[in-house]
Amino acid sequence: MIKRILKKTLWQKPLFLKRQLKKAKQLQGGIKLQGFKSLSNATPVQTLPVPPQLIIPLKQHIGEAAKPIVNVGSQVYKGQIIAEPNGYISSPVHASSSGVVAAIEARPIPHASHIRETCIVIHTDGKDQWHPSVQSMPKPLALSAEDLRRRIREAGIAGLGGAVFPSAVKLKPTSEIGTLIINGVECEPYITCDDVLMRYHADAIIQGALLLARIVRPRKIVVAIEDNKPQACQSITNAINRFKAAGVTAANTIHAAQVPEIFPAGGEKQLIKVLTGKEVPSGSLPYELGIVCLNVGTTAAIYDALYLGQPLVSRIMTVTGEGLDAPGNYRVSLGTPIHYVLAHAGFARQQNAEVIMGGPMMGVAIADHAAPVVKATNCLLIKNTRQIRQPAASMPCIRCGQCATVCPIRLLPQQLYWHARSKAFEKLANYHIDDCIECGCCQVVCPAKLPLVHYFRFAKSEIKARGRERKKADVSRLRNEARCVRLEKIRIEQEERKARRKAIRKQVKPPDTNPDQSMPVSSNASSSEGVIPEAQTEESPPLVKHEDQAKTMVR
Amino acid sequence: MPLRQSTNQQSGNNIVSAPFIASGQSISGVMRHVIYALCPAAVVAFYCFGWGILTNLVIACAGALLWESLMLYLRNRPITSYVTDNSALVTAILLGLALPPMAPWWLLLTGTFFAIAVAKQLYGGLGYNALNPAMAGYAVLLISFPREMSAWLAPLALPVADLGFFETVAWVIFNDLPNDVTFDTFTSATPLDYLRTEISRGVSFSEVRVSPVVGAIAGKGVEWINLAVLLGGLWLCYKKLISWHIPVTVLAGLGVLSGAFHFYAPERFADPGFHLFSGATMLCAFFIATDPVTAPVTPLGKIIYGFLIGFLTYIIRTWGGYPDAVAFAVLLMNFTAPLLDQYTQPRIYGAGQRKGGARNG
Ligand code: SF4
Ligand code: SF4
Repeated sequence: MIKRILKKTLWQKPLFLKRQLKKAKQLQGGIKLQGFKSLSNATPVQTLPVPPQLIIPLKQHIGEAAKPIVNVGSQVYKGQIIAEPNGYISSPVHASSSGVVAAIEARPIPHASHIRETCIVIHTDGKDQWHPSVQSMPKPLALSAEDLRRRIREAGIAGLGGAVFPSAVKLKPTSEIGTLIINGVECEPYITCDDVLMRYHADAIIQGALLLARIVRPRKIVVAIEDNKPQACQSITNAINRFKAAGVTAANTIHAAQVPEIFPAGGEKQLIKVLTGKEVPSGSLPYELGIVCLNVGTTAAIYDALYLGQPLVSRIMTVTGEGLDAPGNYRVSLGTPIHYVLAHAGFARQQNAEVIMGGPMMGVAIADHAAPVVKATNCLLIKNTRQIRQPAASMPCIRCGQCATVCPIRLLPQQLYWHARSKAFEKLANYHIDDCIECGCCQVVCPAKLPLVHYFRFAKSEIKARGRERKKADVSRLRNEARCVRLEKIRIEQEERKARRKAIRKQVKPPDTNPDQSMPVSSNASSSEGVIPEAQTEESPPLVKHEDQAKTMVR
Repeated sequence: MPLRQSTNQQSGNNIVSAPFIASGQSISGVMRHVIYALCPAAVVAFYCFGWGILTNLVIACAGALLWESLMLYLRNRPITSYVTDNSALVTAILLGLALPPMAPWWLLLTGTFFAIAVAKQLYGGLGYNALNPAMAGYAVLLISFPREMSAWLAPLALPVADLGFFETVAWVIFNDLPNDVTFDTFTSATPLDYLRTEISRGVSFSEVRVSPVVGAIAGKGVEWINLAVLLGGLWLCYKKLISWHIPVTVLAGLGVLSGAFHFYAPERFADPGFHLFSGATMLCAFFIATDPVTAPVTPLGKIIYGFLIGFLTYIIRTWGGYPDAVAFAVLLMNFTAPLLDQYTQPRIYGAGQRKGGARNG
């Protein structure tokens, strides 16, 4: 049971490259969790049938949502682009099977609350027919790096470990790359999709890695595997040896590395620390250190995209939890409704259990089972009261420091908690709340059973909202200032013009009639001049008010 | 939606966001372990001082629970869930061990009142107190009742009157003694007190060392209690319930300072061993200074905190007005804890490769 969670820092030596200073390579913090992996990793991947209806969200990746390019009623084929990327950090979306577009509308997406986002709904025709553009390619290694990267982008590939960052963006490093890390460290309990992928499809991973090497030209490639997955490691090693034996010289740069089983060693930054001893500076990306890190699932998807020409239309995911008849790993078309997947895995609907997308540490409880499987869905976990539970009540923080001991970022969660509770957002920034990866380690070990991560999420979103508001206020303040300056300029100009005209008039009509009579005439004649100053006086008080408002908002 | 309902049915504190794994630990569990770790000390103290220790512990525990429940009731807090967190018991046991054995009942009740009701609950209860409750209670007693507080039982190892259970209870409750004994026959100065008075009279430390009050390392009896506390404390460290930083640095601070002075003038200043195994040194290092609520949380902060407690303890013991200084040293340093926390944040992952501060590795 969870009691077996040992609050234990990672003192073990990383097994890879023992020659170097061992101290530098420890991932500080982290916890050991019981894996529960054997529930689902014993069987090969099964393919789930295509459901009658696919719901494909336009935003399945980090960045801008894609723009739909099909209309309701149009016929689409499997692998056809149905929405285009919208911006640099974006990704296209493909039809996962053939059929007819039934609707483009807001549908529930996998989220903790009932959020709806625009999705393309396809009624499938059961033929599962590929689009004619999907053609296998005999020799992708002969293509240029730029070409490969473009194809990866067109295939809609995003990080399948759960972060769904568009891979093509990651593969455009600005500096020279020393190490390419293929991340097979699945540190969350229960999830085994990367594990079975490595066991049964090691060749695809290696070939994908070699393609990636062609793009970023690293000095070495490391496939990182947790040391509780000996079969996966063996299978990868065997595959590497096969490639070496077949005379692929590039395979000599690949090797498998075992990393200690500790959560969250599979986080990108944590893995980089464990493997290389380097720390990714806060707020920057790994390639600034000369490192590119991709998930094994992503690597295999890149193989599919480049060798077989198949874009990302399905993914391997774990369906697990006690109370399922057939837990295991399934290849599921993107857009398949979650209840369809669960029904196939033998989940009885009447079981009033919650379903978590992702693992128990960082996943989200899904509000609506009609939501679809997306690129980020690496696992569906039935929340079972026996192992997966949250405490009913919490006690005050006793500042025991356990949370700080396990925090992989070395934050002080107890201080963050304190300030988040009192909403002292400036203090929170001082304590680096932005660097929190929401891994949940602190909450799991907390003897007071405080919902720490919940507080951190709340505080982060609050800080973000405030930042946005401030920016908006700044913008409107600037705009107002500019407007005042403009109006002031107009006023001065008008006065000048008036003065000039007066002067001219004086010259033309020397002091005979009184000026009172001439004034109305002049104002009628030059109506534009007469009106604007009035309008201006009307407008200026609210203007001042606006400016005040903006300033108070800034504060 | 069945799902929504299921979450709504559960009480307000249930939060449906990750992580979905609950801690195997609880505050009451942590406190229970601390109590277990104090058991050897209690047993040895019982062996050394007799029934007086037991009456101390029992009355202190009863008092602490009483004040805790009363205050929780007045503050309108859930009584059972807070009383069962065992933190009041830990405070009571620490106080019971720190006070002279066979302390009268009113002394214990007053002590626990200040510890629990004033220092802890009035500050907001568990987790919010700025001062260590046990030491706050102890300090108040030391200032208010100096006579009772210095009336230490002579250890049974010394040839003095030994009181049975009923005589002890009669003394503690009714202030009654059997006809043939007076209070003075079975009390004596504590070794630290003895050391102070003797040295101030010009007696050299080596002479003090051989007096009957002093055993192998430090005061007779007291040294064994300190050893037992050390044992329990090491077990807590092993269990990772306390980190090594504070105990090691408290002992190091005290040891280094006493060592330096002893080295300079061996006849005027006691040796480190005497200091480390006298009074409440070990109790302070492992159980009092490490009280998480009132200590800093950052590793560097803990190190500074520990050293300063060690230094202060020595300074007050040697030149201050009270023979044992642990309570004042800890209370003084309690005030600095928030400041230490503020300025000793560890270097976080990926922050500039600054050297200082990153001590927790
Ligand atoms: S683990 Fe919980 S109780 Fe302990 S310091 Fe952290 S937040 Fe406080
Ligand atoms: S959730 Fe944040 S604060 Fe807590 S351990 Fe993870 S990174 Fe640290």
